[in-house]
Amino acid sequence: MKPKGRRVGGLIGLIGFTVLALTGCDSPKYWPVLSPQGPVARSEYYLIIYSFILMLLVVLAVFILFFWVIIKYRARPDNADYVPPEIEGNAKLETLWTVIPILVVIALAIPTVAVTYKLVYPPKVEAATAKVVGKSITIDVISEQWKWVFKYPAQNIETVNYVDIPAGVPVNFQLTSSGPMNTFWVPALGGMEFTMPNMDLRLWLEADHPGSYLGRGAQYNGRGFAHMTFTVNALSPTDFESWVKSVQQTAPKLTQQAEAQINQPGLVGKLTFSSTTPE
Amino acid sequence: MHGVVNWAVHFFMLDEGPLIWLSDFLIICASLGIVVVLTKFRLWKWLWDEWLTTVDHKKIGIMYMIAAILMLFRGGTDGLLMRAQLAWPNMHFLSADHYDQIFTTHGTIMILFMAMPAIIGFFNVAVPLQIGCRDVAFPYLNAISFWLFFFAALLFNLSFVVGGSPDGGWTSYPPYVENQFDPGPGENYYLVALSITGIGTIATGINFLVTILRMRAPGMTFMRMPMFTWSVFVTSVIILFAFPVLAVALALLLIDRDFGSHFFTVNGGGAPMQYVNLFWFWGHPEVYIVILPIFGLMSEVISTFSHKRIFGYSAMVVSMVAIAILSFVTWVHHFFTMGAGPGVNSFFGVSTMAIAIPTGVKVFNWIFTMHKGRLEFKTAMLWSLGVIPNFLIGGLTGVMLAVPPADYQYHNSYFLIAHFHYTLIGGTVFGVFSGLYYWWPKMFGVLLNEKLGRWHFWTFMIGFNICFFPQFFLGFMGMTRRMYTYPAGYGWGVVNLISTIGAFLMGVAFIIFVYNILWSARYGERDTTGDPWDGRTLEWATTSPAPHYNFAIIPTVKGRDAWWLMKQNGESINGPKGVPFRPIHMPNNSGRPFIMSALFFIMGAGFVFQWWILAIVGFVGVLICMAQRSFEYDDSHYIPVEEIEKTEAAAGRL
Ligand SMILES: [Cu+2]
Repeated sequence: MKPKGRRVGGLIGLIGFTVLALTGCDSPKYWPVLSPQGPVARSEYYLIIYSFILMLLVVLAVFILFFWVIIKYRARPDNADYVPPEIEGNAKLETLWTVIPILVVIALAIPTVAVTYKLVYPPKVEAATAKVVGKSITIDVISEQWKWVFKYPAQNIETVNYVDIPAGVPVNFQLTSSGPMNTFWVPALGGMEFTMPNMDLRLWLEADHPGSYLGRGAQYNGRGFAHMTFTVNALSPTDFESWVKSVQQTAPKLTQQAEAQINQPGLVGKLTFSSTTPE
Repeated sequence: MHGVVNWAVHFFMLDEGPLIWLSDFLIICASLGIVVVLTKFRLWKWLWDEWLTTVDHKKIGIMYMIAAILMLFRGGTDGLLMRAQLAWPNMHFLSADHYDQIFTTHGTIMILFMAMPAIIGFFNVAVPLQIGCRDVAFPYLNAISFWLFFFAALLFNLSFVVGGSPDGGWTSYPPYVENQFDPGPGENYYLVALSITGIGTIATGINFLVTILRMRAPGMTFMRMPMFTWSVFVTSVIILFAFPVLAVALALLLIDRDFGSHFFTVNGGGAPMQYVNLFWFWGHPEVYIVILPIFGLMSEVISTFSHKRIFGYSAMVVSMVAIAILSFVTWVHHFFTMGAGPGVNSFFGVSTMAIAIPTGVKVFNWIFTMHKGRLEFKTAMLWSLGVIPNFLIGGLTGVMLAVPPADYQYHNSYFLIAHFHYTLIGGTVFGVFSGLYYWWPKMFGVLLNEKLGRWHFWTFMIGFNICFFPQFFLGFMGMTRRMYTYPAGYGWGVVNLISTIGAFLMGVAFIIFVYNILWSARYGERDTTGDPWDGRTLEWATTSPAPHYNFAIIPTVKGRDAWWLMKQNGESINGPKGVPFRPIHMPNNSGRPFIMSALFFIMGAGFVFQWWILAIVGFVGVLICMAQRSFEYDDSHYIPVEEIEKTEAAAGRL
């Protein structure tokens, strides 16, 4: 069965725009924000849809009132000598349209605060999955000019421009930057967070099921910014474990030379190392 | 010798290709053209006497408007270049470096050198007339404000062909913009030009605050002030609190770059986050600085063309004050994604949403101003009405952005781009056009053509929506701002193509507007009445354009919509017949504001290129100008009664 969210997402896409049809493609790939692939993205998505519907109601109400007034009271030759009344105001009406926006804001504020607090903590894990890889895993993310470095401290491996994660397990991304700021964004899995030098920000993300998702830097940081993308591969917990093992056994160690190349401004392809500190 | 040539080629960017050569060519042609025309028609003296040395708020207002329209052209061209580049995947006619410079100048120019002068131009054009006085509180300072803005804009624009433009985005976040990652003069241009124009803006804030506090005509109590004047009053207060913070942020960053300090460099223990904080403490109120005067202006326009007084005047005032206060407690929403705790994010999310409440009150009051009115859809009215649906979309998507968890997905994406263009174009630019069509007769004594105005409006309105509505969807498709190119296969191509088509339609609309100005200057209907719209506020009580002294006798105000009341009661603006004129005290023209600002320009260039001798020369020059001014005792004159009688007789007001 399709997740409920995706159906609503498709509906929104249809109402708003015909591009979905023009591009003729399946939505998870082309509308990552509207087809969440994990619990974090999903709770953000629900808030987006909820706020959209709320705002749509306001838009409709105002548009109807607005167009009704400008059509009904337009100057026509037959009302040329109509002298409009001078109306000071109307306390009742003005109170009404102060109170209604207040109610709308309250209706939006309550779920907003709830979800904002919720997203600080990791999503829940199923017990079976937790047995294989643990309750969560931690990955350090460093944005360099112009590449993404991922260090797995517990596994002692490092990747560049791609990151493999276990599906169904919350991933604790610890974000930092070696120079200019950036933002770490995997729209299908959840919203973004900044990477800043000398600061450790964190972002919980989780993928529901195995799959491959596009991530990119969203904060401009110079010439190579547009090319600063990475892939997130969500693997089943067992596949993830065997990937980690194979990297530990077969990938080369991180050398001084490779480290220097990564630190230098420029683009590189995907890299894999079996250590996180250079020898 | 060879070394000098090499240096010059690099300095004047001749090694950067045809785009720069073409710009150089156009700049030289335009400059030569101006010089030739001024010389041929012997206009130099006229230019100096009538314009460059003027302290008349009306002329300063006109110069602001002309500069704003020129900058709209420059910023718009930047926009079109970007849209052309993004029209399809893998386009490379602009390199990454060029694209980065263009989006930076586009944003900076549109906010600080287009929206700001347009808004401040309206302050000058309308406020003294609306409150029934003869000039602003400090006319000489007003001229300095304008020329500081003018020379700052000149300096900033020069970066396109000399030394290279800034490329750190209009928000200019360190550490990227520190020397280590972004060497060269480009970023210095940004810092210095904004600092110079910022000084002028702070002076403008003080000037209009004092003008409105102290110079209102007798009887014009606060609750009788026109809505536009109210909005200028509130805006001036925001300017006074916000702009000094920007000045500090820019100065610290400039000291980092020019003198090697470490306020925002991490290596030296600095905190880049602190810049972000300071920047947005100015940056968020700034968006209200450019929208509140539009709200005031719309209130006037809608009321005038509905032939009805504004509905709920007090509520309109209260909502404006509420927006001003709230504008200072929302700035953190620009960095929801920078690691603040959920408490902070929740607070600033809700405080941002709260702005929708007073804004909503204003929208409903406008609609009810029109209710039971007789609406004339003149072009000025069309533009004001256009604000309502478009700004509504901009505002409500702003509320969507205020939800922190949703913002995690929208931040830095095209959703954000679409949102703020809906507020800044759908609000400020539409409003500026409304004000131009509305006050054009007052500024120039001639009406803009209504038919061309309609073409201008509809082409722009349709182009604008075609351009920016699809960008909401690009956000959901994962496209981020400031990408100079993108590969095929994301489904972004078609959407971007549609958006680009809309952008070029806006370009066509701009050409129609310029044609309208030229056509109307030659053939347009002259405004002989001074009151072409059957207006309600005092600026329509005087001639178009107003005489040098605005009002021969300062009017006494008996209620709201003062001029409307006078018309109803059959009163003359000069009071009961037979009141004798008295000589009018007016400030003298002065060339010093122009010269002093030119010296600021020289000092600024010194800071940009780190040529300290030039900086010192400019700085000493500025000090000398200030010293001269403080010893100037004879800075005003009297207009004799005969001259006033002659002018008033010509206007048919005797
Ligand atoms: Cu803001």
